[in-house]
Amino acid sequence: MPNFFYQFNFYLFGLIAIASALLFVTRKSPVAAALWLVNVMFALAALYVMLDAHFVGVVQIIVYAGAIMVVFLFVVMLLNLGDPKEISDVSGKWGRLAAGLVGLALIAQIMTLARSSAPPSLVQPPDRVADDLKALNALGTIAKPLFGEYLLAFEVTSLLLLVAIVGAVVLGRRRAAS
Amino acid sequence: MRFDLSRPFDLAMAMSPDLFLFVGAMALLLWSAIGRDGAAHQRRIGVAAIAVAAATLLLVVAASTRGWSAGPGIVAVDGFRWAADLVFLVGAIIAIAMSLDYNAREAIFAAEAHVLILLATGGMMLMVASRDLMMLFLGIETMSIAVYILTGIDRRSPRAAEGALKYFLLGAFSTAFFLYGIALIYGATGATNFQVISERIVALKLEQTPMLLVGVALLLVGFGFKMAAAPFHMWAPDVYEGAPTPITAFMAASVKAAAFAAFLRVWLAALGGVYAQWHDAIWWLSAITMCVGNIVALQQRNLKRMIAYSSVGHTGFILVAVASGTTQSAAAFLFYLVAYTFAIMGAFAVIVALGSPGAPRERIDDYNGLWFVRPGMAIAMAVFMLAMLGFPVFGGMGFFAKWYVLQAALQASAPQTRLAVLLVLTTTISAGYYLYVVMAMFMKPRPEGADQLPPTNGLSRFIIAASAGIILIFGVFPDPVARWTRTGVDLVPLAPQVEPNFTQSAVAR
Repeated sequence: MPNFFYQFNFYLFGLIAIASALLFVTRKSPVAAALWLVNVMFALAALYVMLDAHFVGVVQIIVYAGAIMVVFLFVVMLLNLGDPKEISDVSGKWGRLAAGLVGLALIAQIMTLARSSAPPSLVQPPDRVADDLKALNALGTIAKPLFGEYLLAFEVTSLLLLVAIVGAVVLGRRRAAS
Repeated sequence: MRFDLSRPFDLAMAMSPDLFLFVGAMALLLWSAIGRDGAAHQRRIGVAAIAVAAATLLLVVAASTRGWSAGPGIVAVDGFRWAADLVFLVGAIIAIAMSLDYNAREAIFAAEAHVLILLATGGMMLMVASRDLMMLFLGIETMSIAVYILTGIDRRSPRAAEGALKYFLLGAFSTAFFLYGIALIYGATGATNFQVISERIVALKLEQTPMLLVGVALLLVGFGFKMAAAPFHMWAPDVYEGAPTPITAFMAASVKAAAFAAFLRVWLAALGGVYAQWHDAIWWLSAITMCVGNIVALQQRNLKRMIAYSSVGHTGFILVAVASGTTQSAAAFLFYLVAYTFAIMGAFAVIVALGSPGAPRERIDDYNGLWFVRPGMAIAMAVFMLAMLGFPVFGGMGFFAKWYVLQAALQASAPQTRLAVLLVLTTTISAGYYLYVVMAMFMKPRPEGADQLPPTNGLSRFIIAASAGIILIFGVFPDPVARWTRTGVDLVPLAPQVEPNFTQSAVAR
């Protein structure tokens, strides 16, 4: 066993993530479900950190567990849909069956992918990321390609968000008296 | 001039038309937010938006004559990009011009509507320019989000709201497929750049790795949604029917053209190495789409729905060109997009011009005897219908569009004979509904007590006459457009011809 501490952490956070995800989809109350989803996000962040992706781990906590889930909860509270027993998004036997089949297909796919192996020339040396982290530290490894090679993509992302914001305002504002 | 895309200035120059469009759109966005909402403000912004699009068009023409090219990087600078940009921009200009009157009539005073068309067009230009899966995704999303909003821009119409929600949910769903596909392709090849992907597929013999196969399949599903290819076309009729008519025209012409152009580039530039394996999938996609679109269109009695299904059929016809996979078929593909854009835009312009507030006149029965009250409109509509059918002479460019696709399919190194036969058969089926509209306009009597048609103003008349004129003139003299499409594909980094076993030339560019 290469590293007992690593293995232990992997199984610990993996099991927490799976258990929280199961609780997330089985809770009737939307607020409880959302909070379990936060737990999934935290466990995933821990897994990212273990993969030497420190920055992604932190962003996962700030953006997903923090910002997006808060917005989820806001929406749930503002909409105030009433008794959770009356709302169900998967309706009837066939809906559940179809969803189950899609889930099975995805599991089969992950199994297939896990068995496939990459050609040796694409496999990175195990300490490659660690060396990068030492040389550029966690932010530098992300920032260099982001503001270099992918600068244009980065800027286009801001345009994409602008379009979405404009859309929300246009569709959401009160109609001017005509 | 050859750009070194790692230098910011060169990158900015390579993207100059796109940047100009976006800067113009943002300036207009500010202006539209400052002014008071109303018919006059809406019209001012619309005219300015047309001016921005026209200026971008001139920039694109200027760029295309400079012979620019670029080194490795995340954007492509080639004739295919400029040619496709021209098609999108012409579509955007016509759509905004149609919206000017339509929005005033239907009391859609959100001036941002015109700006959103510009932003969607910018997204399309990014899509066709991208040479990297990440850029491609950002372009697709910029376009799609703008179009979701445009679909629901008429907030008093429950049908528009239904269409927008459906489009948004299914679009988000297809985006998930698309992203998953990108992730798996990245996992299999370790790259998102088209050129690197195609090099690695050939050099490392990745054709049969399960990760790449699943990734490509998911990418195909994602594109299928955007192109409205059967069986991923389910959203199209409801969305096309619910959206404001000028936006329907924009979706049916430009959005679809953009999805196709990006699809062609990804398929030939990045996945050229696995083309032989995927040929069958595209073959079936094309065959099913041609049959479903054209057969279901026969049953439609609403003109917008009918054109929606017929545009699904056109997706199948264009996929025949993709399935042939040669330089010649890429040229035929561009020619088809030009003819199809004008025919769709013209047909919807007629629908917009004949509607009035509270009476959209979208049923085919509303066109009975149009010839007796509005001969000009009836003739123009007949030209558009015949162009979509691909009728010789009277269908103008439409005939040559189908002819070039057929020719490309039959002259490909692996001739697509069965697809060509299917294309001809389904075209014959499509005559059933296109000619029905023509027959209704010219041979059926105008029903007693049919309400007066509204007067058509100069702008609509100009759009309709210009579209019909272009279709007819280039139908008699197709050579200039055909030559232009051939120079357009000269620079596409085309994969080798579809041959059973090919090797290194996939990475020629």
